Amino acid sequence: MIKIDQNLCKGCDICTEFCRKNVYEPSKTLNRKGVYLPVPVNIEECKKCNLCAILCPDLAITVEEDHE
Amino acid sequence: MSNKPKVSGFMNYLRKERIPTIFCAGCGNGTVINTFFNAMEMAELSLDNISMVSGIGCSSRIPGYIKCDSLHTTHGRPIAFATGVKLGNPDMDVVVFTGDGDAAAIGGNHLIHAARRNLDLTVICVNNSIYGMTGGQISPTSPKGSFASTTPYGALEAPFDLAKLVSGAGATYVSRWTTVHPLPLSNAIKKGLQNKGFSFIEVISQCPTYFGRKNRMRSAVEMMKYMKTHSVVKKKAKKMSEEELEGKIILGDFVNRNWPEFSEMLCEQVNEKSEKGLIDAIKSAYKTDL
Amino acid sequence: MNITRFFIQGNEACARGAIKAGCKFFAGYPITPSTEVAEDAAIILPKEGGTFIQMEDEISALGAVIGAAWAGVKGMTATSGPGFSLMQEHIGYAAMTETPLVIVDVQRGSPSTAQPTMASQSDMMQARWGSHGDYEIIALVPSSVQECFDFTVEAFNLAEKYRVPVIVLSDEIIGHMREKINIPDKVEIIARKMPEEGPETFLPYKAEPDGVSPMPPFGAGYKIHVTGLTHDERGYPDASNPETHTKLVKRLCNKILNHRGELTRVKELYTEDADIIVVSYGAPSRSAITAVKNAREKGIKAGHIKLEIVWPFPEEIIRSAAQQASDIIVAEMNLGQMVYEVERVVKSDAEVSLLPKIGGQIHRPEEFLEMIYKCQK
Repeated sequence: MIKIDQNLCKGCDICTEFCRKNVYEPSKTLNRKGVYLPVPVNIEECKKCNLCAILCPDLAITVEEDHE
Repeated sequence: MSNKPKVSGFMNYLRKERIPTIFCAGCGNGTVINTFFNAMEMAELSLDNISMVSGIGCSSRIPGYIKCDSLHTTHGRPIAFATGVKLGNPDMDVVVFTGDGDAAAIGGNHLIHAARRNLDLTVICVNNSIYGMTGGQISPTSPKGSFASTTPYGALEAPFDLAKLVSGAGATYVSRWTTVHPLPLSNAIKKGLQNKGFSFIEVISQCPTYFGRKNRMRSAVEMMKYMKTHSVVKKKAKKMSEEELEGKIILGDFVNRNWPEFSEMLCEQVNEKSEKGLIDAIKSAYKTDL
Repeated sequence: MNITRFFIQGNEACARGAIKAGCKFFAGYPITPSTEVAEDAAIILPKEGGTFIQMEDEISALGAVIGAAWAGVKGMTATSGPGFSLMQEHIGYAAMTETPLVIVDVQRGSPSTAQPTMASQSDMMQARWGSHGDYEIIALVPSSVQECFDFTVEAFNLAEKYRVPVIVLSDEIIGHMREKINIPDKVEIIARKMPEEGPETFLPYKAEPDGVSPMPPFGAGYKIHVTGLTHDERGYPDASNPETHTKLVKRLCNKILNHRGELTRVKELYTEDADIIVVSYGAPSRSAITAVKNAREKGIKAGHIKLEIVWPFPEEIIRSAAQQASDIIVAEMNLGQMVYEVERVVKSDAEVSLLPKIGGQIHRPEEFLEMIYKCQK
């Protein structure tokens, strides 16, 4: 599970561009704060390396471990 | 990845009521905050014992968002204040957040003197080569030829190599990374926190709003890609010629040495000269019987 | 209580007063004529379990003292004119963040580097208005070596009580003069207040009714934010809010101004029936008192007011003096600074004349007498 905090994300695209597995795509529409949020479209590719989360300048991304 | 950061817990280290931050979209400061928390966990330190001191500028706003004792001081002087905090209570872990303008221009003297003393501070200098808070003026680390609101026709001055400057001044741990290298950067901050002495971590960071816009790099992503393609680790750089290194950012540890630390020597001297010793002075402002 | 007599300089007396008052940290930078304060502190402090550091300039010296204060240690620095100028930004920072500390300014001939080894009283207004903005500080002016000791002790206590920077405005004459003084074993010490509330509910900048908040040290679990920006009761920046700013800055000023009564300290001589009152402070008071006594011997109803706390200015004392006397003579070792305060308070109640002196020398008693005769006519 990847959670994007709508209130914190400023839409800088760093996660989208630097994810090694191309998990994210920018959304097609602006949210109410005027931001194109990243959408984890290829979630099945995610290796949970947390690179996006540590790069995110706004602490907007939470990558949750799968509980089996 | 074995040293995978547990970023989800970092939110608990923040003054939640103060976020979102004032930083522009894509500013590197937030990434530096994350790498600091990652480093702090790796070094097994706690915000209970960390005092953060900062000057004036965008990166100096970082401690204001972190739940710890924090002193947001005057422009260029955080290291002077931090010297007082450390000597006032040598048990504290004192971390300084500063920027290139703060540390290298107005505060250059304090930077080299604290390094010379080898005082146990961890100084994290977020170097974005521009004055962001005041709207994009040239800084002492801006590359020659770069544009800023005060160099509309291009900068003529040569920039400081901060890591080299601080190494030469006597720091015992000096490292340089960029915001595109969050894991080695975390590791460098960890080493800085663990080093008993003056540690200086230079983080090359992006300011898309001012540096980027004035120097034909329109987004944070574009700037970060530039940093990625233009950086060379020290080991590799050693084998390169001066021409090949032109315009490159050299990364890695510049200095890692074990020299006597100032506050420790001072404590020893005080303990030798006095009956009570320095330990008696700690938090003595709250005592009437001295 | 044991009292020991010493024959020492005013500068040394400042250092010893500081240490008796609980000072455990000194950061300084050499400058004539204040250097002996630092030198004496460098010798004594380590023996008392304190730390001394010579910084790279006066800016960092005061910065380090502020840092040490937040670490939980009482600290001071000493300087003179040019160094005092460099410290102004941090005086403002200390006022804004309510950081208790003491600065000894041993005044020398000025402006600029002017007369390093000669005395003046040229920093009186700088002590009051030197940093930018509206703020209040406390300043004491010693006129003897004993007062250097006593007033430095007092300065530390006032700094803690009101959480402000307190300035001891000494001068080259008093600083370098040697006199016999009494130093007691122990002096009364005002300790810094710890909050009674726990970290969960404590608001570091929500003042108590007297306008002053308790001040927890770093490392005590309060995790407070200290900033020179306009801040709310939590200490968080709120720099664009006119209400927050007005409330904060008014409180910073009023916590001093509302305690003017307690902060009034003068010594009066023959003022009960005086027609002519000499107002002075610091070194010139010594010759002023001789002159006033001489005038009395000649049957002239002269009196003297020695200002000991100059900031906040003792308005009430000067106002009532003006209602009684016809003439007020203000003597100072500058071309007129405190005279503006006297004139502001006196208005047209009495004739105010200035007896200035620059060049590094103190007024001679005859100069006072001459002025007193002039006023008589």
